[in-house]
Amino acid sequence: MAVADQRNRGTILALTGPAYLWLTVTIFLPLSAMLYCSFLDKSPLVPQPASLTLKHYAAFIERPVYQQLMLWSLELGAVVTICCLIIGYPAALALAKVIKGRWREAMFLMVVLPFWSNALVRTFSWTMVLRPGGLADQAIHVVAPDAPALNLLYSYPAVVVGLVHSYLPYMILTCYISLQAIDDSVIEAARSLGARSGALFRRVVFPMSLPGVLAGSALIFVPAVGSFMEPRILGGAKGATLGMAVEEQFTVTANWPFGAALSFLMLGAVLLICLALYPAARKRMEGL
Amino acid sequence: MSTVTVTDAVKKYDAVAALDSVTMTFREGELFGLLGPSGSGKTTLLRAIAGFVSLDRGQVLIDGQNVGGVPVHARNIGMMFQNYALFPHMSVAENVAFGLEVRGRPREEVARRVNEALAMVRLGGLEQRKPKQLSGGQQQRVALARALVTRPKVLLLDEPLGALDKHLRQEMQVELRRIQRQVGITTIFVTHDQEEALTLSDRIAIFNFGRIIQEGAPMEVYERPVTKFAAGFLGEANFLQGRVTAIEPNGLARVALDLGGEALCRLIGGQAGQTVLLALRPEKIKLSTDSQAGTNAVRGKVLDVVFSGNSTTYRVRVGNQVITLFRQNLAQGTVAPGSEVVLSWSPDHLVQVTP
Repeated sequence: MAVADQRNRGTILALTGPAYLWLTVTIFLPLSAMLYCSFLDKSPLVPQPASLTLKHYAAFIERPVYQQLMLWSLELGAVVTICCLIIGYPAALALAKVIKGRWREAMFLMVVLPFWSNALVRTFSWTMVLRPGGLADQAIHVVAPDAPALNLLYSYPAVVVGLVHSYLPYMILTCYISLQAIDDSVIEAARSLGARSGALFRRVVFPMSLPGVLAGSALIFVPAVGSFMEPRILGGAKGATLGMAVEEQFTVTANWPFGAALSFLMLGAVLLICLALYPAARKRMEGL
Repeated sequence: MSTVTVTDAVKKYDAVAALDSVTMTFREGELFGLLGPSGSGKTTLLRAIAGFVSLDRGQVLIDGQNVGGVPVHARNIGMMFQNYALFPHMSVAENVAFGLEVRGRPREEVARRVNEALAMVRLGGLEQRKPKQLSGGQQQRVALARALVTRPKVLLLDEPLGALDKHLRQEMQVELRRIQRQVGITTIFVTHDQEEALTLSDRIAIFNFGRIIQEGAPMEVYERPVTKFAAGFLGEANFLQGRVTAIEPNGLARVALDLGGEALCRLIGGQAGQTVLLALRPEKIKLSTDSQAGTNAVRGKVLDVVFSGNSTTYRVRVGNQVITLFRQNLAQGTVAPGSEVVLSWSPDHLVQVTP
């Protein structure tokens, strides 16, 4: 028994070791370095010796503009997540429960396609679609020639469109996985018990797919809150997010410690939101 | 209580007929077992009655009403699935309450009927558990309570006991029978387990290739199978081929058996010269070491002997055929392989079947 246990432990170590080693080296170490950096009074690029300070965190509290940016970022994350859910969930439902065989594979390919293109190229391609006189504008004028000129580029909706495009596959894939895990006989049981489609979805299918919905939401919300490239390219000045401010501190102002402090504040806010939602989510998913 | 009638039901998947012109009636309050190998159409019939399968031709009538256009949720049927199909995110009480709540019953009524249903399946006290926290037998009871709480017209069971181990299965068979009698609901169940079908059912039907091979009371179907398939599928059988040599004045036919020897048996409208196939159940054969071969008694040599507690299985070579027989263990000891023996039977136990 003890020998078997030991061998088991060895196997577990051998299987998980590489992944954890990689995560330690690539995430934990740089992140710790950045956390340390956020407490320095000078950028590490400056040759003079630096001392420890809390002034960057104090600056966030003293300057409402950054708090406003944080709120906008969180709101953007929420809007993008909800849009992905509204668009992605029905697709996942169709893929998991309606479409079968070869068609399913073809549809999956289309879902995963955005992953295969470069994020920057993808985002810039949207500028050609959304700019005045762009593809979206032309398309609308074919249908309604008298419609006013569409000018979506450099607006909040443009940022949302770009981010939803990037992150939608996550929602479709996670929801698909939990939806296709629902046994068809459970759905049949609900129908045999008298449930119409509405009650079937509300009381059985959706609650049982919650793990996928939540996993997808977490996978989308976190990077969407921290996004800076899509807001910069598609939102211009209107799309200001905390992510853009962080990027600016690193690349323009060269104030690394302040940039680091802002990004840790953002991480903290996201973690707090996840922690606050965790108990309720856990309760809803009991038994699944 | 309701009657269910199926008339001329046809369902094809590609070119294969899952149901090939099936007509049958399920009587009020009876427990009816649909038996057959997988792919024989029994499950398709059950699902057609439930409304999950739409027929290519023919009708399903519940209490004389064609339910062809009625969707599943409006058919008022109770269905139990092989894997129970409980809602994992709901408690036992919520699972049972589901059918009443989607019907919009008032809350007090729901609570009262859920309690009654759980008491009926003897699960009081487990209301707040989640399905995962229950044993297989308990999950089964929840599924049964959930299917019955809405007082459906018909109860449909798809391999109801297939996922349970042997002891629990026997216990649940008794339980299922008790509850079914108590509620008095017309019940149709699908099984590939012949013993389960024989034990539980008031009547059974044997399916093969989408057709009913035979239907009737379990004992009738077991004792008087009409085809070789029915005889071989429900229980075990030896098949003896022979040619009728004469019809006796008392109506019994003399048959020269292909394996050697002569049999005397009752035929339906046989005439001399005709070839016949006779089924003979292993437990009806008497094995002895000290009697003579003759009519309905053939000489053979024991090939092997398998002791299985309450009975012993012998395989005996007779002519060019191997005959299987069961012998009750009445402390007479076993006959060793290689022994010369005589197998005999009564004329009533030879049943003429169509090949």
